[in-house]
Amino acid sequence: MRYAAPTSVAEVVALLGTDPEARVFAGATDLVPQMRAGRPEPGLAVDLKKIDRLMDVSLEVGTWRIGAAAPTGDLTANAALAADLPGLVYAGGLIGSDQIQNRASLGGNLCNASPAADSVPSLVVNDARAVVAGPDGERTVAVLDIPTGPGRTSLAPGEFIVCFEVDRPPARTSDAYLRLIPRTEMDIAVVGAAARITLDGDGNCAGAAIALGAVAPTVVVVPAATEALVGGPITDGVLAAVAAAASETANPIDDKRGTVTYRRQVAGVLAKRAVTEAAGRAGNGGGQ
Amino acid sequence: MSRIHVSCNINGDDAEFLCDAGESLLDALRDEMRLMGAKEGCGTGDCGACSILMDGRLQCSCLMFAPEADGATIVTVEGIAAGDNLHPLQQCFLEGAALQCGICTPGFLVAAKALLDRNPDPTETEVRYALAGNLCRCTGYDKIIRSVLDAADRMKEEVAG
Repeated sequence: MRYAAPTSVAEVVALLGTDPEARVFAGATDLVPQMRAGRPEPGLAVDLKKIDRLMDVSLEVGTWRIGAAAPTGDLTANAALAADLPGLVYAGGLIGSDQIQNRASLGGNLCNASPAADSVPSLVVNDARAVVAGPDGERTVAVLDIPTGPGRTSLAPGEFIVCFEVDRPPARTSDAYLRLIPRTEMDIAVVGAAARITLDGDGNCAGAAIALGAVAPTVVVVPAATEALVGGPITDGVLAAVAAAASETANPIDDKRGTVTYRRQVAGVLAKRAVTEAAGRAGNGGGQ
Repeated sequence: MSRIHVSCNINGDDAEFLCDAGESLLDALRDEMRLMGAKEGCGTGDCGACSILMDGRLQCSCLMFAPEADGATIVTVEGIAAGDNLHPLQQCFLEGAALQCGICTPGFLVAAKALLDRNPDPTETEVRYALAGNLCRCTGYDKIIRSVLDAADRMKEEVAG
């Protein structure tokens, strides 16, 4: 294996063009365990952490730009970001230990393409976009369209994510993320649920997005929950419909972390609770 | 393949070593620099026995490629004492019997130092969360948590004079 630490996006594109076995990395919190588990090492490991655009977290004209290689600890430490996008920041802060959060990134969490990636449902409900660089220049693509299955993404050879763009939430809007693990820390989601809720001036739901993790080959959105929520008050009956829609949308597998039946049930419960938490924050003024 | 030259600062001293691209920083610290404090437990970032500070941030050196250290400032457990005077965390671990086999201890000490550096007055819950990335198979954690809290108290007293 060779190692390179370029300082510009253009250099990364050029390096990836020279070696089909090259692979970009940020924290290597997935790459190194995969190598230890016997996967072949990349011919060239391209360290993204020396590139400002990949590491910066900034607010520009109503849009947050979060570097794809920025460690999640930088998100947790950013009070303005946490005020705007509390669910997303909380989700990033759930991933691993302090040690891991000083290395692991949203770009890595998304591109490792684990169905259980904690930050991905929150990126999706916030309509996050990925700025993707590659041999043909840069393009912007919805985060929802990046993962295509466990360990697989829609990125073409030579492409990598530079940063995420997330618009600041409008007034009376907030998000939340909840996950179930059998312990309090250091585990992989059995189910994860993210919600983003917008309320109108009367407290009725004016906008809703719900996304689930760890219950399908990729993150899934729950349009039927949005339909149940938008246009009226968030009553117990509506929350029951949200839960039913989430359980219906979930398409999980049986594995050591949970059974199909259990995951479907928990998907409904967490979706309902995430909606309640997001709506509570939205009612208190939301992100702004 | 030619080895990579790395210049960095380790525990206050300028240091240089040669490494392979795929070598972990943990292996470089142990095999090239002969700093045996950081340990390899799992090798996959789960157990924290290899914890070090790089540019002030707590990280697992087993997950880091050694060339990443070029230009960085590194602190290992060997660097936390002041000469012959143990760091209060080390003293409190000794007095509180916060170790048995000792394999996990360097990682716990470095992680606890990272916590106290940013939060000199942590609650027990904060200590438990901050050390969630460090595994101990001997002590059952309680003595470790208590020793960190004792060290925090002692350091506050020292500051108060």
